[in-house]
Amino acid sequence: MTAQPDQAALLLDMRDIQKRFAGIPALADASLQVLPGEIHALIGQNGAGKSTLIKVLTGYYRRDAGQVLFERKPFEVGSPHQAQVSGISTIYQEINLVPLRSVTENICLGREKRRRGLLDWSAMHAEAERLLSRFSIGIDVRRPLSDFNTATQQMVAIARAIGFSARLVIMDEPTSSLDEREVSVLFSVIRQLKADGVSVLFVSHKLDELYEVCDRVTIMRDGRTVRSAAMSDIGKLELVAAMLGRDVAAVEGHATAFGERDRSRIGDVLFTAQGLAAGQLVRDVSFDLRRGEIAGFAGLLGAGRTETARLVFGADRRSAGEMTMEGASYHPARAADAIAAGMGFCTEDRKAEGIVPEMTVAENITLALLPKISRNGILNEARQKEIVERFIRELDIKCSGPNQKVRELSGGNQQKVLLARWLAMNPKLLILDEPTRGIDVGAKAEIQRLIRKLADDGLGVLMISSELEEVMEGADRIFVLREGVRVAELEGQAADEEDVLAAMAHGGAAKEAA
Amino acid sequence: MSDLATPSAANDAGNRRFDVFGFLARYGTVIALVLLVVFNLAYTRNFATLQTLNVNLTQVCTIVIVAVGMTLVIATGGIDLSVGSLMAISGALAPMIFMGTIFPVGNIYLAVAVAMVASILVAGLFGLFNGWLVSRFRIQPIVATLVLFIAGRGIAQVMTNGNLQTFRVPQFQWIGLARPLGIPAQVIIMAVLVAAAAWALHRTVFGRSILAVGGNEKASELAGIAVSRIKLAVYAISGLCAGLAGLVVIAINSSSDANLVGLGMELDAIAAVAVGGTLLSGGKAAIIGTLLGALTIQLVRYTLLANGVPDAAALVVKAGIIAFAVWLQQQHRV
Amino acid sequence: MNSARLVRIIGTYGVVIALAALVLFGFLRYDRFLGLFNVMSVLRYNSMFALVALGMCFVIMTGGIDLSVGSVAALGSVASALASPHGIVAGLAAGVGAGLAAGLINALLVTRGNLMPFIATLATMLAASGSALLLAGNQTVSVSYDSGFTAIGQGNFWIFPIPAVIALVAYAVGSVVLNYTSTGRTVLAIGGGEDASRLMGLRTDRVKFLVYVASGCLAGLAGVVLASQFGAGQPIEGVGWELFAIAAVVVGGTLLTGGSGSVLTTLAGVLLLGILFNVLNFENGMGWISLSAYWQSVIRGLFLLVVVLLQARLTARRETA
Repeated sequence: MTAQPDQAALLLDMRDIQKRFAGIPALADASLQVLPGEIHALIGQNGAGKSTLIKVLTGYYRRDAGQVLFERKPFEVGSPHQAQVSGISTIYQEINLVPLRSVTENICLGREKRRRGLLDWSAMHAEAERLLSRFSIGIDVRRPLSDFNTATQQMVAIARAIGFSARLVIMDEPTSSLDEREVSVLFSVIRQLKADGVSVLFVSHKLDELYEVCDRVTIMRDGRTVRSAAMSDIGKLELVAAMLGRDVAAVEGHATAFGERDRSRIGDVLFTAQGLAAGQLVRDVSFDLRRGEIAGFAGLLGAGRTETARLVFGADRRSAGEMTMEGASYHPARAADAIAAGMGFCTEDRKAEGIVPEMTVAENITLALLPKISRNGILNEARQKEIVERFIRELDIKCSGPNQKVRELSGGNQQKVLLARWLAMNPKLLILDEPTRGIDVGAKAEIQRLIRKLADDGLGVLMISSELEEVMEGADRIFVLREGVRVAELEGQAADEEDVLAAMAHGGAAKEAA
Repeated sequence: MSDLATPSAANDAGNRRFDVFGFLARYGTVIALVLLVVFNLAYTRNFATLQTLNVNLTQVCTIVIVAVGMTLVIATGGIDLSVGSLMAISGALAPMIFMGTIFPVGNIYLAVAVAMVASILVAGLFGLFNGWLVSRFRIQPIVATLVLFIAGRGIAQVMTNGNLQTFRVPQFQWIGLARPLGIPAQVIIMAVLVAAAAWALHRTVFGRSILAVGGNEKASELAGIAVSRIKLAVYAISGLCAGLAGLVVIAINSSSDANLVGLGMELDAIAAVAVGGTLLSGGKAAIIGTLLGALTIQLVRYTLLANGVPDAAALVVKAGIIAFAVWLQQQHRV
Repeated sequence: MNSARLVRIIGTYGVVIALAALVLFGFLRYDRFLGLFNVMSVLRYNSMFALVALGMCFVIMTGGIDLSVGSVAALGSVASALASPHGIVAGLAAGVGAGLAAGLINALLVTRGNLMPFIATLATMLAASGSALLLAGNQTVSVSYDSGFTAIGQGNFWIFPIPAVIALVAYAVGSVVLNYTSTGRTVLAIGGGEDASRLMGLRTDRVKFLVYVASGCLAGLAGVVLASQFGAGQPIEGVGWELFAIAAVVVGGTLLTGGSGSVLTTLAGVLLLGILFNVLNFENGMGWISLSAYWQSVIRGLFLLVVVLLQARLTARRETA
């Protein structure tokens, strides 16, 4: 680690923070030190612990151990609002304000101005305008917040923070919905805050931006703080390496169960996508997939991998791009179309989009299979039993039986149930979004072996994974996405890790479309 | 916030102590029913007679018929407030057909058949309208069905101009008055409906899809289930059930008063469903539970009445039961 | 002015325009439509609904609903009729007190018991109905004419019916609370985003509690007006009042999903629906049409449908923006 700043001068000093949820550690030896008037970046992959650390700081959670000093005094609050009142404000990614209410209310509620017992609107409107004008924003504060775009709403959130005399403003992925011009406006606001002595904690995965505006960075991984340095002291590549666990100082022997690949098993082209685009997150993605091939999608958070997968599956509407499946033009309007074409999609967020919690294991596994295990609309119990028991066996799903409610299973076993759901469909193309996330090591290996076997049997697999080794060892070809654009296509298993990281960090040789 | 590392709480293998709320939520209704029966056997005169059984079952029948449809709607996460009004509409339409008010009657059997089919279908169409509002425009089910709640009874009243229709048509009234094998016809109808619905929920694709949609709509969509169609169907079914119930009611009373048929039925149906254990948030459907729920509420009312407590007080007790049952369900889920 | 703003203005003030149009129509078409007698009768009669709609408006703005108002009004009418021999104050206190009790139960069920407002107020509705019948002994309860209690419902304040004055004062207070107190702004914030409001430090539970209590009190007050106007406390009256209230609130432009609304447009909505009834009466009297009173419900339902569809469109457009 680089030399730590002088403790006495710190605005925020969090050390040795521990936090467990139901026995499982989310934070262990996490720390964060921020100087006054500093723009500090906090980065890490999904599940690294950034959100948890911030929630511990702002009182959303209670920490199990560790100390927090703010302005050199112990800092302990019970809610984000209390934190705001004490000088730490958070600007959330989803702009946690009330869109139907006016700008003034969103800035002043909680800190109202009164005259003779009643709200003094002219004073509050004036206050709101004053706060916004410091960032050169001049809007009609009487209008509802929803009248304005995300960028302006963010400014309103910042103005609210300043109104509460924030000394530290935490910004969570602030630029995710902004265009270039809006980003530069935001940056000038952040610099203005710094000039006024306010520190900004900038949580983001967009490395270019961090380098443009931040002074120092703290990197988290697996619930710990692995490195903290001045931005000028650490290069982009080093940064990404530290985020992903390619730390030279801490070698971890990852190996996957994918095993050797027999390239001759790969068949002809199964699926192509050309110029896919939708919204802000997918801008220009092209790739193809062959039968029996595993295509790995690598990229940082927000690169657009899941969003691309959803476009392929017809779960979202695309605004541009063409696709073909088995040579024929393919334009799914909904998931059912994709399923009919022979696709399956094992989603990333199993709780929100995957399992039906009140249903049994058997019912969850056969959810997409209903037409096939029924005749004239009546379910064939025997057939269902046969399929379900087969998959419980093959995937080693730990449950008390096919009739156990799926919400009682552990996260890993729930994931297996979801996999079974799609495997039971006998798909031609299977999209797996983070298939081994939250699964124990043993099950992970099983699933990786299974994926390999499926590919050997002719299935085309599109595998999104944030674990570099999975992509490096499992994929036959690696597609790297960066900010909605496919920036690199590399040969799997023979690729140089450096190249993949470089592509994720810089965009490699390809330049993104503006 | 962008991400949250909360592992599934269900992982906690240490949570094996006896789950009081879970037990109560599942078996509470049965227990209550048993307790009520026992109490009545001990304290209420003439309780253990066929007559008492018939009286109670008859009163419960129409509620259960409506509540079956309501259970399906609630299982998808919705609600149907219009059922009472739809009963009024079908109850108003049927006599107009079989008494020849709309067109001349040839064969009375034909007229009755047409009347019954048409009335039930019309109610089903209105139900379809509800489903269309909910699935196509994404209007909250409470609001969407509120429209017919308000307008539906008015339609029935306009059709009949608020007038009472009385009749004596045994070919029609059998569904309310006949007693094949000593059991009232509507009880048989109710039993068939309950059995069919329970069977469908557990053994058909349709039933499974209903539970899936209520349990996790997004996952169902991604699994290729036609969510919109399911929603349209359940509201239509609810309408059909209401239509049938309307016919039974007017058959029993030998008259049809558009001002009164089905009044308050939506509340009774919802109460039966809630007490019966179906989650109001969707994803679970207990048809047998609904039957038990309706029986329990009816038995409470009967117990109070038979022991001299005024009917009005029964209302208060009913309210308490509903609130308690729903609260109990919620504790279990958390 | 962009289209979203235009739509919002129409949504909010459309009811006022429609009201003005309806009044103009009535004035041109019927004799004595704007005569003192008719105007004051309409105002007197609709005051009860206005009070109930006011409470409902606040509840709906928080994103909730109160199905019990009709039954609570009935309970209030019975309670005040029973207390009427002891004078105006006693009658008022009894009626409003009954409403207060019901409101408290609702408030507790929703904020402490975490029940959905729909179910909680459904239960209270049944309980209030039952209680009203019990109190009244299953019959109407005559009020005492000697104590001056009937002045509330039947008397005048100069030329204005007292019920109308009461309603007007209530709406004035309601409007001030909504627009000039933090409680009022919190009501709207809760409906617009309860979690966000809590994060912003607003006292969401306290305000939700208040809102249901207020709705109960207003319903009780409406019951007092009912009893004193018609000379009897009626335990089965009040059926359908909640629907009228919801329809008035929604027609007035308040979003049923909460977060946006106005007290004054709710008043306009009440007047619109009430005058509609009045116009229908006149129309029937003229003999041109014989629209029975039953068409009321159908028309009200249609109104609601149109407004709900429009609101759905508005929300959909806002979401895609």
